[in-house]
Amino acid sequence: MSEWRKDWRHGPWSPRIVVNAGLVTVLALVPVYAAFAGDPFAMTLFSRILIMAIAALSLNLIMGFGGMVSFGHAACLGIGGYAVGILAKEGIGSGFVQWPVAVVASAIYALVVGALCLRTRGVYFIMITLAFAQMVYYVASGLDRYGGDDGLTIYHRSQFGPFDLNNATLFYYLCFALLLASIYLVWRIVNSRFGLVIQGARSNEPRMRAVGFPTFRYRLVCFVIAGALCGLAGALLANHTNFISPAMMHWTRSGDLIVMAVLGGMHAMFGPLIGAMAFLLLEQGLSHVTDYPDLILGPLLLIVAIYVNGGIDGLLGGPRRG
Amino acid sequence: MAEALLEIDALTKRFGGVMASDAISLALSRGELHALIGPNGAGKTTLIGQLTGEIAPDSGRIRFEARDVTALPVYRRSQIGLARSFQIASLFVEFTALDNVALAVQAHAGHSFRFWRAARCEPELRAPARDALLRVGLAARADVPVTALSHGERRQLEIAMALATRPRLLLLDEPMAGMGPEESARLVETLRQLKGGLTILLVEHDMDAVFALADRISVLVYGRIIASGDPAAIRADAAVREAYLGEQDGVRREGRHEAPHG
Ligand SMILES: Nc1ncnc2c1ncn2[C@@H]1O[C@H](COP(=O)(O)OP(=O)(O)OP(=O)(O)O)[C@@H](O)[C@H]1O
Ligand SMILES: [Mg+2]
Repeated sequence: MSEWRKDWRHGPWSPRIVVNAGLVTVLALVPVYAAFAGDPFAMTLFSRILIMAIAALSLNLIMGFGGMVSFGHAACLGIGGYAVGILAKEGIGSGFVQWPVAVVASAIYALVVGALCLRTRGVYFIMITLAFAQMVYYVASGLDRYGGDDGLTIYHRSQFGPFDLNNATLFYYLCFALLLASIYLVWRIVNSRFGLVIQGARSNEPRMRAVGFPTFRYRLVCFVIAGALCGLAGALLANHTNFISPAMMHWTRSGDLIVMAVLGGMHAMFGPLIGAMAFLLLEQGLSHVTDYPDLILGPLLLIVAIYVNGGIDGLLGGPRRG
Repeated sequence: MAEALLEIDALTKRFGGVMASDAISLALSRGELHALIGPNGAGKTTLIGQLTGEIAPDSGRIRFEARDVTALPVYRRSQIGLARSFQIASLFVEFTALDNVALAVQAHAGHSFRFWRAARCEPELRAPARDALLRVGLAARADVPVTALSHGERRQLEIAMALATRPRLLLLDEPMAGMGPEESARLVETLRQLKGGLTILLVEHDMDAVFALADRISVLVYGRIIASGDPAAIRADAAVREAYLGEQDGVRREGRHEAPHG
């Protein structure tokens, strides 16, 4: 339809589409490069990028499109990871059990937190989401059976019948496929009726109510969807590192996710991926140069946040989708 | 007299020392266009806010279609047919004019737990939205982002959004403030067409429009209704002349409510 096409008015060869397509192509070729260059670390790094991109994407759904700035989103990452780790430790190795549990547990967490904090706004919202995440962090630290502060090694990755997640290439492409599927899913949601309600509530919630929307329930469901998606990222992360620990839901992790989403461009579908990639590559690169990568990373992010409206995606110009 | 659509009974609202609504009682009959006039700070916007549920009254009752709606949340009142326009345009500035109105249509087209289909491609949302824009004379500006609309156009968009919810009672808060003469004339014409089919409470400072349109007029001063009646009676009312109409020449100030920010 014509109205739909207008969202793509920047044409088939706009910088954004070229960059995004290039990005997807490069990511698709990482295992090939790793094999030829004999650089297995590239696989590790880029698997992590893909996983964190899913987490940042889920945060972006509530933060970028819904205006709900959660400072505790890493809790969902951790809950997803702990679901896998705990089940593995208890002898339930099937991914068909572990992953749904990870997703559902994170969703339930998001439901509880959302129900309590979505009636507040601004700083209060941020603080309550942070407080809940801290609570989960300390609970995890206290789980002595599952490693407490030190964390827990996962000896067997999730089992999916004939598919062996220990195969790095297979695992990488699984993450890659899940990321692309998630981006597509979020894109559909954002442009659906539900998505417009979410965006309308970000833009002007009193007006949404005046026009007849019970906004709370829509924002809550959005919060839960984001939590579930982040739980999936958590399950992937636990499999990726073969390890879970409270550190994966430390508040600085939540901060990293916010930075990734803002850095990439909050209203762009590929923004979180671009942000996660830029963030993790920079972090990696800087760690070779200095012992204090944050000293460089911090100001750099500040510059992007202040001067580049729309994050890195904003540099590509043209109207944004979503 | 026709059965009352809206009955306001002793509605009272105090802001600190200010009596914004002082035991207001008023009944609107079905199909009437009732104008509410009064000087700045009289409490007109506060009254509309209480009718839509955005402001909770301290005491008093509001009945809509014989049903007590005093405690009903804002969105429920919209769903049963109460719609308002805002004195200071309240829009979704990231969206186009058509998107704004389509959201209003969507709010009244069943629940919005629909996650897949592109809402901007749904004719059942877009077509009624275009109709509403056409009615207020904004059809040609449908795909323009709100940020690029003029002040007058934003006021028209406000009304299109209210109409798109297919209300039974339309509450218009100074819809003509800040409109050019052509836009005002067009709006008067639109309201004239709506009259009869729809019950309208019109808050307006433009006396020409008020006397041209109103079936009845109520005058609010310091939160209190000091007179209520047909236009001729109001024009002749001594208390009204003194409290309000007399000073009107000096007070008239179209455009005073220009939105402060572009
Ligand atoms: N939220 C509020 N808090 C405190 N005082 C308020 C509030 N809203 C309105 N008032 C006061 O209540 C009185 C009525 O205000 P209201 O906006 O309803 O008047 P109005 O008739 O709409 O005026 P105008 O013609 O300027 O739009 C004013 O004295 C105003 O200062
Ligand atoms: Mg007012």
